Amino acid sequence: LAHGGGGKAMRDLIEEIFTGVFQPPGTEDQARLTAQALAEPGAQLAFTTDSFVVSPPVFPGGDIGKIAVCGTINDLAVGGAKPLWMSAAFIIEEGCEFELLRRIVASMQAEAEKAGVRIVTGDTKVVGRGAADKVFVTTSGVGVIPPGRDLQAGNIRPGDVALVNGVLGDHGATILAARGDMALSTDIQSDCQSLNALVEAVLHAAPNARAARDATRGGLASALNEMAETAGVAIEIDEIALPLRPEVKGVCEVLGLDPLYLANEGTLVVFVPEAEAEAALHAMRDTEAGRGAARIGLAKPGPAGRVTMRTAFGGQRLVDTLVGEQLPRIC
Amino acid sequence: MSGALRIRVRGQVQGVGFRPFVWQLAHRLNIRGEVLNDPEGVLIHAQGARIADFVAAITAEAPPLARVDAVETGPFAFDTAPCDFAIAASRGSGAETRVTPDAATCPDCLADIRGDDPRRRGYAFTNCTHCGPRFTILKGLPYDRARTTMAGFEMCPDCAAEYADPGDRRFHAQPVACALCGPHLGFEDANGAHPDAIAAAARALLDGAILAVKGLGGFHLCCDATNAQAIDRLRRRKYRPSKPLALMGRWQEIDRHARPDTEERAALASAAAPIVLLAKGDPLPEALAPGQNHLGWMLPYTPLHHLLLGAVARPLVMTSGNLSGEPQVIGNAEARDKLGGIADAILDHDRDIARRLDDSVMRLTPEGPMILRRARGMVPDTLPLPDGFGDAPQVVAYGGQMKAALCLLKNGQALLGHHLGELDEALTLEAFLQADADYAALFDHRPDVVAVDLHPDFQATRHGEARARDEGLALEPVQHHHAHLAACMAENGHALNGGKVAGIVLDGLGLGPDGTVWGGELLLGDYTGFDRRAWLTPAPLIGGDRAQAEPWRNALMRLDQAGLSNWADQLFADKPLEIARMAASKGLNAPQSSSAGRLFDAVAAVLGICPDGQSYEGEAAMRMEALASETVFAPVPLEHGAAGIDPAPLFHRLRADLARSTSAGDCATLFHLSLAHAFAKEARALVDAGEAERVALSGGCFQNARLLRDTLDALGLDRSRVYLHHRTPANDGGLALGQAVIAAARHLHRR
Ligand SMILES: [Fe+3]
Ligand SMILES: [Mg+2]
Ligand SMILES: [Zn+2]
Ligand SMILES: [Zn+2]
Repeated sequence: LAHGGGGKAMRDLIEEIFTGVFQPPGTEDQARLTAQALAEPGAQLAFTTDSFVVSPPVFPGGDIGKIAVCGTINDLAVGGAKPLWMSAAFIIEEGCEFELLRRIVASMQAEAEKAGVRIVTGDTKVVGRGAADKVFVTTSGVGVIPPGRDLQAGNIRPGDVALVNGVLGDHGATILAARGDMALSTDIQSDCQSLNALVEAVLHAAPNARAARDATRGGLASALNEMAETAGVAIEIDEIALPLRPEVKGVCEVLGLDPLYLANEGTLVVFVPEAEAEAALHAMRDTEAGRGAARIGLAKPGPAGRVTMRTAFGGQRLVDTLVGEQLPRIC
Repeated sequence: MSGALRIRVRGQVQGVGFRPFVWQLAHRLNIRGEVLNDPEGVLIHAQGARIADFVAAITAEAPPLARVDAVETGPFAFDTAPCDFAIAASRGSGAETRVTPDAATCPDCLADIRGDDPRRRGYAFTNCTHCGPRFTILKGLPYDRARTTMAGFEMCPDCAAEYADPGDRRFHAQPVACALCGPHLGFEDANGAHPDAIAAAARALLDGAILAVKGLGGFHLCCDATNAQAIDRLRRRKYRPSKPLALMGRWQEIDRHARPDTEERAALASAAAPIVLLAKGDPLPEALAPGQNHLGWMLPYTPLHHLLLGAVARPLVMTSGNLSGEPQVIGNAEARDKLGGIADAILDHDRDIARRLDDSVMRLTPEGPMILRRARGMVPDTLPLPDGFGDAPQVVAYGGQMKAALCLLKNGQALLGHHLGELDEALTLEAFLQADADYAALFDHRPDVVAVDLHPDFQATRHGEARARDEGLALEPVQHHHAHLAACMAENGHALNGGKVAGIVLDGLGLGPDGTVWGGELLLGDYTGFDRRAWLTPAPLIGGDRAQAEPWRNALMRLDQAGLSNWADQLFADKPLEIARMAASKGLNAPQSSSAGRLFDAVAAVLGICPDGQSYEGEAAMRMEALASETVFAPVPLEHGAAGIDPAPLFHRLRADLARSTSAGDCATLFHLSLAHAFAKEARALVDAGEAERVALSGGCFQNARLLRDTLDALGLDRSRVYLHHRTPANDGGLALGQAVIAAARHLHRR
């Protein structure tokens, strides 16, 4: 099948698979949207973009399309924005099955609807075999931060409490298992989900929440390191308090991976003042995405940028960002 | 009457009572003149009829902690003839800054503790110029009392008089103290404090209690080494199932339970008082060191230890007092907080420990001494660099990740720092940063060059890179096994232009320049570069570092490579073999490695030695050495093909042997021998071809005395042509020395 070169076959494809589902407002090559939400004095516009390259594109618990939507919604949500609109662009490898594209598009639309976000514009390009791996997706999102909200890592102060909304590493472990055709427990699913409702719930219960970060690539470890560095604080987490599915623990043990570094697609870490921690925790647990919420640690005065984990035995392990892959170090 | 002389004394001659020794010598021999410290050591201006005797006695009678490297004499003219001999003020910056290593209680102080003077009888902090704490109480420089943790104890008039009298053994002994003015012991258990700390501690130990005991460089956890239940309790509470526990005993105890030879006795009795591995003798509980045929012993090295051992009169376990994974505790409050759950009681005191220093560990082998851990009593000390390094730039090298130790080069000397431990532990990283600052101050060091390992995720590498970047210094990345080789060359005085050396480096692992993980290598190299001439055929490390923890993973890969998958299926039926093989074939966290350490683990697992997991690093390899029999075999020939030295034939032989019920001990012997022969053959070929004159043996695996012996035998070279580690560790504890000399050599080369 040749869909390249902007010929008729490709237009048909777009017509059939994409436009039919997303139903963009108007027929121009741009979305025209009412800026009402922005009219409120003090409101801020939030704007983000991300590209998604996932192998395999379909996995237990989701697919590349769902990740793309959730990822962009979550990028907005962790900054305190209410996500409103999205764009979606696709690089499609020649020969990619229609079934796969249909599935991706359908799950994008479903996830967007569920999260109350509209996909309002998009684009597709078809490239030759080998120039892409089935399909790559780029999404951008626009949201509005209501007046008075200020969620950012720089606000974290010593003594603040770190909360996560649920188990760690499910997505990363799922992808590894899928990639390795592994006879691993099939119970693990990606945690891929939108977190905007959860963030709203947290902010309602903990109006002084400091900062949130979704722990995607590089896992919780990378998210915490970024936050510690930006805030100029140390962060100490507690190994025993980390919510981990036994199956994920098992995969990590066999493969020698550290779940702190496994990717998540629906897991965030939020810092709140100690006084609001319990309220935030309960509010999280009342949302669908926060049933497994847990208190995992706290910010300390220093050394700035250092993340450590109190181990089950009582030691303090450094939790660093890794330069490359996890290369062995034990001489 | 002879003319006046200017006498220069070089070596470890400051802070060891050298000036009072010279003063006393001068008085005895009726010499007039003066003695003083300066940045180069000790300087003497002297004249007198017996000046020749005087010069000779400087070396012959030097104080116990001194090391005289050179005595140089030249003519001197006094402005006005001296009528007495004086200790003159120190000259020049850098004088008086030397700090010597901590030293075990000397016989004279021991006599004081047992003597009648109430100021010192039974006093746990007795010391003098010839012994006592040094580096562990040092807070700043120059080294005087005000900058030690003795600062808060004001000397009583008697101590002050001793301190000021050049004729006294305690002249300028910074930690001098007595029962009237110095630190005091405390004992505390569940019932509170006891006034007679030593008696209470001894009673508790004899009752089977576990004590936290404050020593020189940190707390120990201590129990009666003859009480199997106490040992078991200690192991359970410390989460330390099988790692050998160190013992402390007086000669009475040591001679009863071990049979140290002359060299071992000398090592035990040295001022450093290290732990010395001694062959097991009259039985003590097996739980002290399961599966090992050596026990680590040390003599009491502080008055506190002497008093305690005297009161219990039996060997004591003295293992480092720490939480699993953490470094040794040094603070009193920290001890209560962290060791409270392990120890039943605490024996401590009110003199702070400024610097954590683990006990040093060594063993004596037929091939000479081997330093396994270089710390208390061995640092700070310098090593002279080989010829050609005199003009080397100042270098700081940051070493490896697991047995971190740093190294400074300056003025043709190398200062290799103490064993710190694993740098992912936050407290150890703090100690590493402190050591970096400490040694720089101590050595008055301003580096031009920073040397680091190639591994980007070593904390030491990151620290070095950041320092080089922040201070605009040259950064010199050094391949891990090249550094091992160079460390061995430097220790053995191989000159900068001394030509290439064939280095057999059998090690855990280190990153190679090709991005794979190396560890069983024959390098042909000098200080500036190397060729990789032979290596073990790589195998995947399934699960990365997890492969180190679980020997079966290495066995699985080696057996699969050897076409013995069926055997692996049988041996490791309870393991997730399918996933492991999948990870290997898909390259999911399964990097290729030529590690010799992991080959030890693989063979161990096949022989049934801790296949499921090692409870401490090197357990499998240490057990293999302990297990090896004295049976004489012909080695299994392992050939070097395109992919390296393939150990497959060895596994086929092991399978056949085990099927014939050959003992595991004989199998272990065969393995050591075959591995030694495979590398020795390749190294010997380089020597025979004239490519190298000498062979160096380095890397952590050469802490295995059997492998060392077998390799030396297989090389068949005169011993003068083989470089071994004697004063620096063959493992990563010596890595920084190699990094430093390589970085220095490259800079000298470029000039
Ligand atoms: Fe090494
Ligand atoms: Mg993004
Ligand atoms: Zn003494
Ligand atoms: Zn006194």
